[in-house]
Amino acid sequence: MEKYLNIDHVSIEFPTANGPFKALDNVNLKIDKGEFVSIIGHSGCGKSTVMNIVGGLYQATEGGVILEGKEVNEPGPDRAIVFQNHSLFPWLTAYENVELAVKSVFKGQKSKQEMKEWIDHNIELVHMTHAKDKLPAEISGGMKQRIGIARALAMEPKVLLMDEPFGALDALTRAHLQDSLMEIQTELNNTVIMITHDVDEAVLLSDKIVMMTNGPAATIGDVLDVKLARPRKRLDLADDAEYNHYRSEVIHFLHERHARKVA
Amino acid sequence: MKDKIINVFEVTGFTWFIPLVKLVTGDSPQQQLQDLAKMVGIPLFAFIVFLGLWHIGAAKVVTSLGQVPGPVQVWEQANVLLDEHNAEREKEHKFYERQEERNAKKLAKNPDAEIKIRPYTGKETYLDQIRTSLITVFVGFVVASLIAIPIGIVSGLSDTLYSAINPLIQIFKPISPLAWLPIVTMVVSAVYVSEDPMFSKAFITSAITVTLCSLWPTLINTAVGVSSIDRDLINVGRVLRLSYITTVFKIVIPSSIPMIFTGLRISLGIGWMVLIAAEMLAQNPGLGKFVWDEFQNGSSNSLSRIMVAVLTIGIIGFLLDRVMLTMQKFFSYDKNAVIR
Repeated sequence: MEKYLNIDHVSIEFPTANGPFKALDNVNLKIDKGEFVSIIGHSGCGKSTVMNIVGGLYQATEGGVILEGKEVNEPGPDRAIVFQNHSLFPWLTAYENVELAVKSVFKGQKSKQEMKEWIDHNIELVHMTHAKDKLPAEISGGMKQRIGIARALAMEPKVLLMDEPFGALDALTRAHLQDSLMEIQTELNNTVIMITHDVDEAVLLSDKIVMMTNGPAATIGDVLDVKLARPRKRLDLADDAEYNHYRSEVIHFLHERHARKVA
Repeated sequence: MKDKIINVFEVTGFTWFIPLVKLVTGDSPQQQLQDLAKMVGIPLFAFIVFLGLWHIGAAKVVTSLGQVPGPVQVWEQANVLLDEHNAEREKEHKFYERQEERNAKKLAKNPDAEIKIRPYTGKETYLDQIRTSLITVFVGFVVASLIAIPIGIVSGLSDTLYSAINPLIQIFKPISPLAWLPIVTMVVSAVYVSEDPMFSKAFITSAITVTLCSLWPTLINTAVGVSSIDRDLINVGRVLRLSYITTVFKIVIPSSIPMIFTGLRISLGIGWMVLIAAEMLAQNPGLGKFVWDEFQNGSSNSLSRIMVAVLTIGIIGFLLDRVMLTMQKFFSYDKNAVIR
């Protein structure tokens, strides 16, 4: 059966002064609808590049990405991106940031009232209704990322792409946001690709963990299916044998089989 | 109320009024007096020292037009110039009154009589000249901005275009207005031919010279501001599939507003400097021409009158900068940025 999202033998080369640099080599990944997939690897291994190719921001040199039977080769709201540093427009309030996205995606499809409800609904989803009229500079990093997620969700994407969404946050805020994300995921059952370098985050959130080898010419080293029952509770899992087994698998992959040569 | 007033002073940059406001509303007087001494006392003291040095220094230099004027003579001449302005306005007023009386009599005699009102053609006063200068610099500056901002945006978005126009900018930027003037004068004389010209040629020449010299800072700052936009913000626009025009208006312009205004401020400052030189040569009846005429006139008061003009130019330049600063603060999204 044809998979929902098919990253088909993707390679990418970047031109440099010393000839082409092969960042990714033969990345092959099939994702089901509603699956939550994490891509993990050392920094510089090209995990963000994979996401940018799916997002259409980069063009694969070889191979391609097929979403619902159609090849994608340009960015679009069906593959909404949550950027690492939130990337909210600093001159717009939280509400207006989501509004800009909703207005350009649903122009002609939703009435004014429907759009307003849809914006409010998505802000409610990330628990930010109390601060929707604040500028990004007036809210904390975690709140900004919540709005970033609301903006992406409001585009009703077929695939939600998240580029180290919680990487810039402190550990406690990160945990809060992970819990919120799991809550939203239970409700919406989106197809998600998340880039991360946090082992716990990957095991906690994912159905599937894709582990990447080190670059150049990085590729998928191993794929781990996480079969923990949902809903998952952070506290219960802390002492769970199965959870710790998955965790140690990823750690062994990262620090034994594909340890970075230079620290 | 109090916070509102303070906010107004903060936005306009007249921060030295803030302690006064707080003092009046009864905010710990001692702290406010200290702030006041720091913000007003020190500059005031420096200004008085400057006046003293000027007074002593000026008395020591004697030119063919007499002693270099000190603060006292300059103050006197400033008042004379104001009196001359008032006298001239009075004359003008009477001139029109006489005409109206005459016309009224004519109409009383013969209701079908043809009535003419002749414009007053008295000489321009100092305040008229200030007005002319302000209008000229404003026109030149607006034209320059209307050219520079769009080009800056487009070339900031395209590396190719930027490298195409960059050498031209670098070559034209350092050119003195005095070098442009003869060319502009000749071109204006050749091209701007009309039976009933709306503007005088001197005005057009001066304004164009201002435009030519005040284009560059806005252009460069806009291009740099646009090209340094956060890539991710542009990527958000790409994900939303915004059109080029929408991207420019929704993302590019708002995020480069601070840099655009930095450029505009520098441009207006340069434009104001250039204008005085342009008016001298082009004989546009503004402050530049005033200075030149007084220099040619060579009376014993000329130096004082020129000094009045010099100070006027400085103060207006300062006020123009303040206006731009206020607009910059008003339009910038980052209200907390320190802008000087």
